[in-house]
Amino acid sequence: MFKRKKGLFSILLLAFMAVFMLAACGDKDKTTGGKDKDVLQTIKDNDKIVFGVKNDSNLFGLKNPSTGDIEGFDIDIAKEIAKSILGDASKVEFKEVTSKTRIPMLQNGDIDAIIATMTISVERKKEVDFSDVYFQAGQSLLVKKGSKIKSIDDIDNSTKVIAVKGSTSAQNIREKAPKAQVLEFENYAEAFTALKAGKGDTLTTDDAILYGMADQDNNYELVGGQFTDEPYGIAAKKGNTKLVEAINKALTEMKDSGRYDEIHKKWIKKD
Amino acid sequence: MLDFTILTENWDMYAEGFKVTLLCSLLALIGSFLLGTILAVFRIAPIKPLNWIGTIYVEFFRNIPLLIIAFTIFVGLPTLGISFDGFQAGTIALIIYTSAFIAEAIRAGILAVHKGQTEAARSSGLTYIETMRYVILPQAIKIVIPPLGNQFINLVKNSSILSVIAAGELMYQADLISLRTYVVFDVYIIVALLYLVITLPLSYGVNYLEKRLAKSN
Amino acid sequence: MDFAGAYTPDHLKFLLEGFLVTLKVAGIAIVLSFIIGGLIGTIRYAKIPILSQILAILVELIRNVPLLLIIFFTFFALPEVGIKLTPTMAAITALTIFESAMLSEVIRSGLNSIHKGQLEAGRSSGLSYVQTLWHIVLPQALRRMVPPIVSQFISLLKDTSLAVVISLSELMHNGSVIYAQPGGDKFIMPIFILIAGMYFVVNYALSIIARRLELKTT
Repeated sequence: MFKRKKGLFSILLLAFMAVFMLAACGDKDKTTGGKDKDVLQTIKDNDKIVFGVKNDSNLFGLKNPSTGDIEGFDIDIAKEIAKSILGDASKVEFKEVTSKTRIPMLQNGDIDAIIATMTISVERKKEVDFSDVYFQAGQSLLVKKGSKIKSIDDIDNSTKVIAVKGSTSAQNIREKAPKAQVLEFENYAEAFTALKAGKGDTLTTDDAILYGMADQDNNYELVGGQFTDEPYGIAAKKGNTKLVEAINKALTEMKDSGRYDEIHKKWIKKD
Repeated sequence: MLDFTILTENWDMYAEGFKVTLLCSLLALIGSFLLGTILAVFRIAPIKPLNWIGTIYVEFFRNIPLLIIAFTIFVGLPTLGISFDGFQAGTIALIIYTSAFIAEAIRAGILAVHKGQTEAARSSGLTYIETMRYVILPQAIKIVIPPLGNQFINLVKNSSILSVIAAGELMYQADLISLRTYVVFDVYIIVALLYLVITLPLSYGVNYLEKRLAKSN
Repeated sequence: MDFAGAYTPDHLKFLLEGFLVTLKVAGIAIVLSFIIGGLIGTIRYAKIPILSQILAILVELIRNVPLLLIIFFTFFALPEVGIKLTPTMAAITALTIFESAMLSEVIRSGLNSIHKGQLEAGRSSGLSYVQTLWHIVLPQALRRMVPPIVSQFISLLKDTSLAVVISLSELMHNGSVIYAQPGGDKFIMPIFILIAGMYFVVNYALSIIARRLELKTT
């Protein structure tokens, strides 16, 4: 009887060691992949560039559950960048991020760059490096058609404003309309669902994203025009000048060749 | 070292979150105690359909995540025309979820009270409901208090998921503070301490009661 | 509610993929927390000085804070001290930390429920302390611990849904991708019902197995 138990004991011990060795190896991969090596070099070595993108922003990055593909303006720009850096538009991988998780995922080495409707701001520049502006958005308001709210001035202390955690618009709205009650959600899918469910009177974020929502459901419309400037940039981990330069070069090429305009026309109907 | 200026500078938000966490946990405790008691009585009542209702409820809600209940109430029901704000939806979700666990604790408590007592009470002319109300439940409650305390601790912890439906409780406020100040580590450590302020004394209280109960038996 | 539109083969496949991620993450966390929780529980049962006091404090602290906080902490705060984890790794780490603490209590009280006389008998028949623990106390205690351990596993599986907040592509996440589609509103309820159903089937099966085992051993 004891012999059998010993067998069991050694199996358990082996399993235990295996698990720990696996964990240790996993850690090692992470430190060598993430820290000192230049990200551009890693991209070239892996022959693949990993972008963090939105999965819930119609027109910019929206996941199609039937095909598993993410589609939108950001996605097409990312593919063009891959074409410029690696010579092949298909050498990209997309990982889904939210406004809240994108910077940590970049820092963790989970993604090489962020192209996810991300505004270039002074605070964020302390954490990441940005490319040139690739899209000019501005904050606006989305309301149900027939709403009393026509502009930012109509927001008073009885107005519930929906925003997304970690977005610049959540911060801006508190400055522009300090009286508003702001409800912040994890991502745009939940924020828009909450607006449609009547949890708030208006949803505020960049007009580019709002156009995508109004495009999805024509009971909703944009009001109040742009009341901030939200220049979008592609973010890389701090100190990766070479990668940022390569991205900027790709952006210039795109604009010169007319490819940028094609992509812009394909997704952004208004303007 | 921990930078407590984060706490003092954002005191209003922390205090608001603390208040909301306590309030929704307390409301949910009362709600799930009432619903849980009814369900427990259903499960042991001598009426088959009531047993089924009780069993199906308990088995179903014990085995699905609280998050799915909260989302269903918050964004699912409005598609059917029923709408609650984040706090209401979250508290209702907590009640629905926790009452399944409390029902089981109370049922165990009732079953622990000797069967002979039910028979004695019934034969002395009390109805089933009267027997429950005056004879069995008062005794069962004593046995049930420690597990109820544990459920309250769980409620306080579980109320943190209300943060994803913008209910304004402690975790939600901490999230906003950290996103605004770009300080993460200290903000979360402070929020952990605030949770411990509620849960640790409860946990010690439960331990004490459990030990006393074990001795009296 | 549009059940037919919500339950297309593509959507079902996509949800199933999410559920596999849930099961994978939960599975790894279960194994790890069983091992770590078992170690902690045994160390505390054996009352190894200092180590067991330190573990007691840690367990008490971890058990009394919300798991969601631990998940946020692992993903958003640990990078500040140089520990950088992917969403999958962060989810596994956070779940393991929390459930190890919970399981260690289950295992400790299971060990305590075995009569002390057995330990003495083992020792006096010439076995070492560790041998007695391994061959005599643990096998009996494990049998008694099966139901609470399984219910802890069920909790862990349910708790995995919380990892949706750190962009883990698990079941809840994939569900939200489906109803974020244009015109996806009418899918919300059907999708939630299906997700709840998937969790229920797996967890209910687990709880039935636990009950069977309980009946067999008592």
